[in-house]
Amino acid sequence: MKIHEYQGKQLFQKYGVPVPFGIAAMTAEEAIAAIPKVQQESGGQVVVVKAQIHAGGRGKGGGVKVAKDTAAAEAAVKAIYGMTLVTHQTGPEGKKVQRLLVEQGLAIEHEYYLGMLLDRATGKVTVMASREGGMDIEEVAASHPEKILREPIDPATGWCDYQSRKLAKALGMSGKHASALGKFMPALTKCYEEMDCSLLEINPLITTKDGRVLALDAKINFDDNAMYRHPELEALRDPNEEEASEIEAKKWDLSYVALEGNIGCMVNGAGLAMSTMDIINFYGGKPANFLDVGGGATAEKVTAAFKIITSDPGVKAIFVNIFGGIMKCDTIAAGVIAAVKEVGLEVPLVVRLEGTNVELGKKMLAESKLNIVAAADMADGAQKVVAAAKGGHS
Amino acid sequence: MSVLVGHDTKLVVQGMSGAAGAFHAKQMVEYGTRVVAGVTPGKGGAKVAGLEQVPMYDTVEEAVTHTGANTSVVYVPPPFAADSILEAAAAGIRLIIAITEGIPARDMVKVKYVLDRDYKGVILVGPNCPGVITPGQCKVGIMPGYIHKAGGVGVVSRSGTLTYEIVHQLTALGLGQSTAIGIGGDPVKGTDFIDALQWFAEDSGTSSIFMIGEIGGDSEERAAQFIKENIKKPVAAFIGGQTAPPGKRMGHAGAIISGGKGAASDKIAALLAAGIAVSPTPAEMGKTLAKVLSAAT
Repeated sequence: MKIHEYQGKQLFQKYGVPVPFGIAAMTAEEAIAAIPKVQQESGGQVVVVKAQIHAGGRGKGGGVKVAKDTAAAEAAVKAIYGMTLVTHQTGPEGKKVQRLLVEQGLAIEHEYYLGMLLDRATGKVTVMASREGGMDIEEVAASHPEKILREPIDPATGWCDYQSRKLAKALGMSGKHASALGKFMPALTKCYEEMDCSLLEINPLITTKDGRVLALDAKINFDDNAMYRHPELEALRDPNEEEASEIEAKKWDLSYVALEGNIGCMVNGAGLAMSTMDIINFYGGKPANFLDVGGGATAEKVTAAFKIITSDPGVKAIFVNIFGGIMKCDTIAAGVIAAVKEVGLEVPLVVRLEGTNVELGKKMLAESKLNIVAAADMADGAQKVVAAAKGGHS
Repeated sequence: MSVLVGHDTKLVVQGMSGAAGAFHAKQMVEYGTRVVAGVTPGKGGAKVAGLEQVPMYDTVEEAVTHTGANTSVVYVPPPFAADSILEAAAAGIRLIIAITEGIPARDMVKVKYVLDRDYKGVILVGPNCPGVITPGQCKVGIMPGYIHKAGGVGVVSRSGTLTYEIVHQLTALGLGQSTAIGIGGDPVKGTDFIDALQWFAEDSGTSSIFMIGEIGGDSEERAAQFIKENIKKPVAAFIGGQTAPPGKRMGHAGAIISGGKGAASDKIAALLAAGIAVSPTPAEMGKTLAKVLSAAT
């Protein structure tokens, strides 16, 4: 699960990670009203207006503006609020800005990069930092990997003070900045651990001329598997950041991603679901979605999944590709039959069943008298559904 | 011959009184697996319907003491699964196969750390995996047993359902399997490709290997290098997610930590460079290995 920068910064504050003073606004009016409050609190005129969308690359896309005075700040709010922000992470259609963060401007001395995530290769959460902060960190990683310091966290001790000192040296921080980093890092790593983060990124981390170290940005993702430990995070979801179908899928604990194509897919297992997309592409079709119903799905869940697929008006044919292990084929059959009875079936449906209770599942589908195209195997099913989506088969 | 599980396996089922645990325990018994005990805290001495012959215990330690169990399979729900894995290790179980899907990464970081530190001889397979099967001898996990056939192909896979797919294809082609190992797709897991490849290399009953990888991480790339340097037996592979849309990546940090690796194209290139045949679609995995084998003879 992802959250906005302002929500991330509020979480940082709770853990004692220093961030600039700022006020989040849900409307342009709120943002304009926030300007004098931010100026008063910071004792300066300069404010920064930042678009709050989940995608990165906001600065380059024109979603972040530094304003020297109130008039410029108001103009920035008017320019950014409601704009469709296009960045390399939003896709060409962009994202409409519906939330803003109005923040104090700071006298930045240097910008750094700081990231935290789990390193699959070592099985340890790892802090990555670089003196080369700012927007082009991926380029730095590719061309000068030696400029990125990696510090793994020992699961038994957690982050150690010596690691903060090591980090300060590597980043070229000394004096007040080094001691500020010595407080910053334990707070940040505690936040990552306790909140079950899966990604935490500060780009840039800044030092100021008056000796402080602050998180000027906050990008936080949480481990979806650990959400049960943090029910309060549900309130931080922004429905504008998610497709309606994806929200519905989440309710049912389905792994669903909407795509551009016209072949709806219902598959069990992430690997098979990805490979089903691969084989549809191979035979010249385009999948409309990625949908993994998971291992332990009930018939109700399968029905919900089927309804999500059919609610996409772009879907011209549906491919159900199941190899049952925990998931039993009769459960899939019952779910599909119930869904079709409830919402009807306007497009061709190709079903390939294999695995646990396959005979029972096939029998149920056959006896249901639904208009289902049976597939002998995955390749057969993929070819049939691609043909059906093109209108060459019914 | 085979690896990990076989006639010597004496299995304890952790979470046997739950719906998934009970269903799959019955399936394993039917397949011929020696299921010697079940464990669910608070259910010691109880009977699980359809599994009345299998004694239930409160702790894995009791199960080991009374039945000599040497392998455990974990069906415990995610909030308690990490604890169950460590309980099995502490009770002297040598092979722990964790089926549970959805264990928080934070918990698995700790489990892996403790296993590496205190239980060097213990093998963990999973979590979030279909399990391990030696056809005709022993099935531990959730895979449908009937698709398997005893033979010489060692299978190792990051994806559960794709494991069934390859096994089904191999069996249809008359190619039996020595052992099929699902290692699971979680970021923090026990057995990785290289471990399984090493076991298959040393196993006299394994004459060829099929490996199924997925996008993300760099363990397929490392496995390709390992195969090139260490494996003399024929190997074929498939990588899932060739057409997965970008955007599932985690900000900049994901790209940085793996040094730009993780795309299907990178993995396929690494495998081809190591001389490994790569199946173009998931439907041709079996045929791809069959071709390699017929070219070798």
